[in-house]
Amino acid sequence: MNKILIFCKRKGLTWVIISYILIIAGAIGMLMPFLWMVSTSLKDINQVFIIPPKWIPEPCHWENYKRVFELINFGRYYWNTILVTTGRMAGMFIACTLAAYAFARLKFPGRDILFFLLLSSLMLPFEVLMVPVFMLMKNLHWINTYQVLIIPHALGAFGGAFSVFLLKQFFLTIPKELEEAAIIDGASPFRIFWSVMLPLVKPALAAMAIFTFGSAWNDFTYPLIVTNTDNMKVLALGIAGFKGFREGLTQWPLMMAASAMSILPIVIVFILAQKYFIEGVKTTGLKG
Amino acid sequence: MRETRLSYKHQQWFWGYLFIFPAMLGFFLFMLYPMLSGILMSFTKWGGFGSQEWIGTANYVKMFNDKHFIIAVWNTIYYTLGILTMGVPLALILAVFLNQKFIKGRNFFRAIYYLPVISMMVAVSMLWKWLLSTNHGLVNYFIEIIGFPPINWLLDPRWAMPGLILMSIWKGTGFNMVIFLAGLQGIPQVYYEVADIDGANWWHKFRHVTLPLLSPATFFIIITTMIHSFQIFQQAYIMTEGGPQESTTTIVYYVYKNAFEWFHMGYACAQAVLLLIILILATYLQKELQKKWVFYE
Repeated sequence: MNKILIFCKRKGLTWVIISYILIIAGAIGMLMPFLWMVSTSLKDINQVFIIPPKWIPEPCHWENYKRVFELINFGRYYWNTILVTTGRMAGMFIACTLAAYAFARLKFPGRDILFFLLLSSLMLPFEVLMVPVFMLMKNLHWINTYQVLIIPHALGAFGGAFSVFLLKQFFLTIPKELEEAAIIDGASPFRIFWSVMLPLVKPALAAMAIFTFGSAWNDFTYPLIVTNTDNMKVLALGIAGFKGFREGLTQWPLMMAASAMSILPIVIVFILAQKYFIEGVKTTGLKG
Repeated sequence: MRETRLSYKHQQWFWGYLFIFPAMLGFFLFMLYPMLSGILMSFTKWGGFGSQEWIGTANYVKMFNDKHFIIAVWNTIYYTLGILTMGVPLALILAVFLNQKFIKGRNFFRAIYYLPVISMMVAVSMLWKWLLSTNHGLVNYFIEIIGFPPINWLLDPRWAMPGLILMSIWKGTGFNMVIFLAGLQGIPQVYYEVADIDGANWWHKFRHVTLPLLSPATFFIIITTMIHSFQIFQQAYIMTEGGPQESTTTIVYYVYKNAFEWFHMGYACAQAVLLLIILILATYLQKELQKKWVFYE
């Protein structure tokens, strides 16, 4: 409080008030759509169209959340998304940490050119590859399977290069002496990687895990291309396909309930691991 | 001793290739191979089934005479410019205000601003479709409160793209703000103290200390925002389905329609290749330009 008072004297009370108003107004602008989503999800279709809008519906229709599961295969979509996200995270953890360690710490012919190739794939968004990737998966007979949703990303395709790059930067900061001591003890590169190096990059691993979780959970374009049956839909596709027309009206409450339920897990993870989200963005942002 | 060192060197070769194998396999099989086959396909005419017909550069010629494709390119540029000219400055302003010493609860605000970033694009697109609804949308409700007539957001060809831009700014500002904030925190306080002694006002300090020292962060944000914006697809797919009257059909959306609705596979590939060329050129151009305006300490 004292600090604020000192600044008030130096910068003028008006400036402090203006700053707070701006920041709080911005925060309200960011939050309000979410609150409106929750509010709408608890209304029935008649309450939705009342003007002026009511923020706290009376009565609250909690059963909307249950109805989403009855109207569409929401449980199945949820399960698919959990499966795909877990699979991708596990695979990427192995593929990307190993590659990052090798590129940072091991010497072998062709290392730099291979790393450059991998890194240049950051310039290659999936959107550009939609058609040939679809053709490839079709020829592999992988359309509408779990492996098509998991394996490419688990091997670090479509975004994994980013994690390799991030982790490589972290491995590079570890002093050489640690490694040399282990080499003299006769440890193999795998042992060094597993017992010496990996524990030292835990914050980077946390950041990577969170990014992978987010991008896998929210993925839409890729599943849209490689799956087309209802049973294989992930959440994003399920919501996109949920038209929610009934009795000639768009059922906004049900749509909002479905949307809220698909955002919830990532919001929880964000609240629990906020530090890693922000640190990850900062490191990649400024070192990238 | 010599022998063990030598063997460690060869051990490194073996383990090195083994370690990078999974990631390289993913890269070669699912990215490089599709990219090369996509480039080849762009020179063919193909409906997805049967045999491919080699037609040389015809797809590329067709593209430049295709009114719909040119509209899609323009829409994408319009969207990108909207984000760059409004979204990026907004993120900068918020970061500068949030970075002031007297602000309490900085991390709390930062978390709130970041919430839209982590949310599922499809879900928040649905949400904004509802917020921007003409008769019962919350946005129009506020617009009417301040005394303007309601806007027919997603149903009016003039307003649909601004609607998408508005939504995308809401979604993306937090990310850019966090990076700006980190950049601001990296500026040594001593520069401001010197400026104070010289009697500089807040504008001088912002213009001659903050902006130049922040330029690496700004550069990064402009590049990533540009690349990202050029790939806009999901918002258009969910909120407007490319309409009304093609006003929100973007490049990626047009590629998608060509490939998966009309089965013009070869033509879609040619468009995707052009998009890739645009992305590479834009990055290269910025990298060259940065020498002129990015200031590294």
